[in-house]
Amino acid sequence: MSIDKVWVVAETTEAGPTTITLELLAKARAMGTAEALGFGPHAAAAAGVLGEHGATVLHDVGDVGEALPGAVVAAAAAALVEGGSGPDVILVPATYDGRDIAGRLSVRLDVPVITNVVDLVVDGDDVRSQHGLFGGSEVATAHFTGPRPWIFVVRAKSFSAEPVGGAPARVQAAPAPETGATNGARVLARHVEERSGPKLDEADVVVSGGRGLGGAEHYAMIEELAGLLHGAAGASRAIVDAGWVPYSHQVGQTGKTVKPTVYIACGISGATQHLVGMKGSKNIVAINKDQDAPIFSVADLGIVGDVHKVVPKLIEALKARG
Amino acid sequence: MNVVVCVKQIPDPAAKQALDPQTHNLVREGKLILDDSDAYGVEMGLQLAEQAGGGEVTLVSMAPGGETSGLRTALAMGAAKAILVSDDALAGSDALGTAKVLAKAVDRAAPDLVIAATESTDGYTGTMPVQLAELLGLPSVTFAKKVSVGEGKVHVQRQTESGYDDVECPLPAVVTVTAGVVEPRYPSFKGIMAAKSKPVDQLTLADLGIDPAQVGAAGARQEVTGVEAADARSAGEVVVDEGDGFEHVVRFLEQLKLV
Repeated sequence: MSIDKVWVVAETTEAGPTTITLELLAKARAMGTAEALGFGPHAAAAAGVLGEHGATVLHDVGDVGEALPGAVVAAAAAALVEGGSGPDVILVPATYDGRDIAGRLSVRLDVPVITNVVDLVVDGDDVRSQHGLFGGSEVATAHFTGPRPWIFVVRAKSFSAEPVGGAPARVQAAPAPETGATNGARVLARHVEERSGPKLDEADVVVSGGRGLGGAEHYAMIEELAGLLHGAAGASRAIVDAGWVPYSHQVGQTGKTVKPTVYIACGISGATQHLVGMKGSKNIVAINKDQDAPIFSVADLGIVGDVHKVVPKLIEALKARG
Repeated sequence: MNVVVCVKQIPDPAAKQALDPQTHNLVREGKLILDDSDAYGVEMGLQLAEQAGGGEVTLVSMAPGGETSGLRTALAMGAAKAILVSDDALAGSDALGTAKVLAKAVDRAAPDLVIAATESTDGYTGTMPVQLAELLGLPSVTFAKKVSVGEGKVHVQRQTESGYDDVECPLPAVVTVTAGVVEPRYPSFKGIMAAKSKPVDQLTLADLGIDPAQVGAAGARQEVTGVEAADARSAGEVVVDEGDGFEHVVRFLEQLKLV
């Protein structure tokens, strides 16, 4: 049975569909007939943009209020599948809510999930997924051997978003059935951590700091260098966990995936968890005092030295050039 | 308050990792250790039980060969007891199969709160805890960076793309914690000695009434068909800073026309 219908779990904000949603739609429409499964207060308003990116239908679960989306969206999706209008493949963004939805849907349909997907290839009636292993040094190919729908959780920046000028997606209400205790969590308040300059996952230059900075007070030089290069400041998980910088700065497996023109890693050793998030950068510069640090194995230019000496001189030199 | 913490015993991540060339499963030879990511959950569970003024932490784990060395580390930190599911038929289990097994084991402990890491260090699928919650019919709050409990509810600061949400959830519930939610304690000598005699209830699939076809490689209904070396990203020029390291960076940026 060939691949026909492909769903994309669509995340939307006031500004429209998120970038990863559009990336997944680009792949979905190449695989078959793309449909979006949207939720939240901004889903319906995004039907136009979703259509431009290839979605023919928007199954709209509707506003979930202050609930976390996982249980509700999974219940609505399962109801559609059980009602016979399910897809062959479901693409889910590797985001906080995306992983919740995929996990709960997997149980409701009793089908497995394949996660950390970075590429998908249709092979006749089969779909092969690709995954980076061990920090991306090896690529594994996997596929499902059981019944459809096949649920793939896909990492950001695996595909390029591109509008194709389709008509607005036809909106079809997809209300969730009763979810009982599973839908007990409520959001009491939402906190947005403001940051200036370009967005981390869209910046042309990313300057990141790690444990080698020695203390939260030294992160200022990372921000200054990023600012001089019109880039964004990032961080390793170690210093986010240590509370030096907010989570929104984190690059890596559980943080953002970045692919800038140049990535400058300052005082970052290069744990697998970090490499996964930045190894796709076009150019990598690493500054670290430990010459055996794994980051040097992926760096186009490695400076073995103290970040506290190299970075201030670099800032000075860039300032002198104006 | 009784807390279950799901923990994984994994090969030392500092050692070289490899896939079995035949099965494409992660090679799990040698001693297994407590996944570092789980130390945060164990610590969180211990603190919440202490703050509630009673109750205990029960560990739930699934591992081959009756492996307990990672469990002993968590018991030494202060967990009261452990349930370990070990069965040859579990080899090759995926996240859903694992969740089915752990759900049966967690049910036995009848906890007020279930804690797990957001993802394991070795497999990092990050879906198991939510699958567990759905199987148990419980609500879940993932990616907690701060957790407190009071009046039958758990309060969580949950990471989001742009910051964090304050989330409230009735108990019982499943919460996944990030590294950094709390600072894990080091086991004391006394704790290490005490851990040796703490009960580890070892169960098989038959004990839990699970059909072996539902779990293991058969239940996974997915397979890795091949593994290849990625397009190698080779190391470039490495320069030892003699006070002029910054100049190399400036020239590199010039070539890219970024300055």
